[in-house]
Amino acid sequence: MTPDAQHADILIPDYSRIVSRVEAGSRVLDLGCGKGDLLLRLVKERGVKGMGVEIDENAVIECIHKGLSVFQGDLDEGLSDYGDESYDYVILDQTLQVIRRPELVIAEMLRVGKKAIVSFPNFGHWKVRWKLLWSGHMPRTPKLPFYWYNTPNIHLLTISDFVAFCRAQKIYILEEIDLVQAQDRDPKIIRWGANWRADEGLFVLSRTRQGHAQ
Amino acid sequence: MPDVKTNNPAADSVGIVVTRTLTVAQPPDVLKLECGRSLGPITVAYETYGQLTPERDNAILILHAWTGDAHAAGRHHPDDPKPGWWDNMVGPGKAFDTNRYFIICTNVLGGCKGSTGPTSPDPATGKPYGLTFPILTIADMVKVQKLVLDALGIERLLSMVGGSMGGMQALEWLLRYPEVPRSAIILASTSRLSPQSIAFNEVGRHAIVSDPNWQNGAYYGTDRQPETGLAIARMIGHITFLSDESMNQKFGRRLQNRNEYGYELTREFEVESYLHAQGSRFVKRFDANTYLYLTKAMDYYDAAQDWGEGSLEKACRRVEAKTLVVSFSSDWLFPSYQSRELVKALRQNNKDVSYLEIESSYGHDAFLLESSTLQRVMESFLDNLYATVVKHDA
Repeated sequence: MTPDAQHADILIPDYSRIVSRVEAGSRVLDLGCGKGDLLLRLVKERGVKGMGVEIDENAVIECIHKGLSVFQGDLDEGLSDYGDESYDYVILDQTLQVIRRPELVIAEMLRVGKKAIVSFPNFGHWKVRWKLLWSGHMPRTPKLPFYWYNTPNIHLLTISDFVAFCRAQKIYILEEIDLVQAQDRDPKIIRWGANWRADEGLFVLSRTRQGHAQ
Repeated sequence: MPDVKTNNPAADSVGIVVTRTLTVAQPPDVLKLECGRSLGPITVAYETYGQLTPERDNAILILHAWTGDAHAAGRHHPDDPKPGWWDNMVGPGKAFDTNRYFIICTNVLGGCKGSTGPTSPDPATGKPYGLTFPILTIADMVKVQKLVLDALGIERLLSMVGGSMGGMQALEWLLRYPEVPRSAIILASTSRLSPQSIAFNEVGRHAIVSDPNWQNGAYYGTDRQPETGLAIARMIGHITFLSDESMNQKFGRRLQNRNEYGYELTREFEVESYLHAQGSRFVKRFDANTYLYLTKAMDYYDAAQDWGEGSLEKACRRVEAKTLVVSFSSDWLFPSYQSRELVKALRQNNKDVSYLEIESSYGHDAFLLESSTLQRVMESFLDNLYATVVKHDA
């Protein structure tokens, strides 16, 4: 789900880190697939059978132009049309913070997919904390470039929040990759103090410890 | 896309076209219909636009809706007041770009626009079939289209497109001849009519058969034509093609040629005059018995029943083509949920399917009127196929 083109351009895609975690030939559902750039890479590089869900009409048309399968729909309406474990991976890339019912959507992702891959901007990053503390205004950063009144991001969270959420929901975190954007380079992996130092969290989740069917 | 910009308004038109006919199902190879009867020979009216490539890989079949015909684009004479019914989508540089694709449009079996139907002479008697014409189904229409493609030497279609009843035909193609179309675009359609739509069809049919001039369907060649019944049927149909919003925009509560109520039982509102005008225009171009037969064919169609023992998911296992399904937000005759049911059934089988609901106030008519977004999505869909399937010079 790309609220607008500006948003998409500002976020530096971390697609390689997702692409490398998806097994070749698997079935992938990409929620909020935007213009389909990630999905196209997954199809081309991993030979996945991919389906995107996107609400924005123009983005849907761009996906179709790329030859992708895409369904125009609203994630907040849930995934009731999708059968249990009908996908190997359900991806929610940089979209968690814009949906109205994150709890429902993540539960649905883990029902429909064997594994879920979720990435989101970390509101606990030190620059964000510093901006709020110092200026008293809602922080704006390259990853969160909006004002409070025009932001599509209605559920901002920190990496620690997400880990606590998974624990409470009995969701297994198979992998956690904490990243920080580096200039002119791929994002750097943060190995300690992630909730302060990472500006993005990427999680591979499952309902079971091994990520297999229950 | 060819990037030709010119002031010539005809540059994006296919120009002057002719409707051709060919004959299929010649005895003894007559067509066995779903109703159990046989029919043949069958004449089919068709038009083509653009050029077939030597590899024969760029053919697209257009499937018209209910009262449409083979004349999808261009004009029959230089002074023709109106072009074909989908001229805004078919032509050089348009969604169905005739510089790229070879487009075929046939008049359906049972139609009254050049193909064999109730108005055609029965070879046995020399007189119009009328009600002796066998009951048709969507499957029968598709079987005839297949015979036409065979006659034209086209084994595979790059794509096919149909709206409303045309979309039902496209779906039937995907199920009956899954190996023929590489892709299909299904607009404002359904795998089966809702009881509400069947109800409207029945009111239309009842208006026709209640007209004393209908004469049990034997009105051909008489001086009494069931014009009143057919006009009422069309008026009802037309209401179902529009939407509350489009009627508000188009007519509001405005009065026709007056400022105040006359307090009399005459037509006063603009919307009334409009419907009457639609009705009288329609009877000049369409046949009452044909109306009965085609509505019946639509009512009967049920892809799940025919191909999946009641399960659309099971039926859709057969599909091989890549599909694009489009619905329109204000369409209450073929509502979006019906398109989504079809998409769900295809997706459950891991088929290559995309779905878009276009915001529109035009109701069911949107698939003929809403051009900008529809044009873009169809063009994008075809563009990708053209790049990946059609052999052409880069």
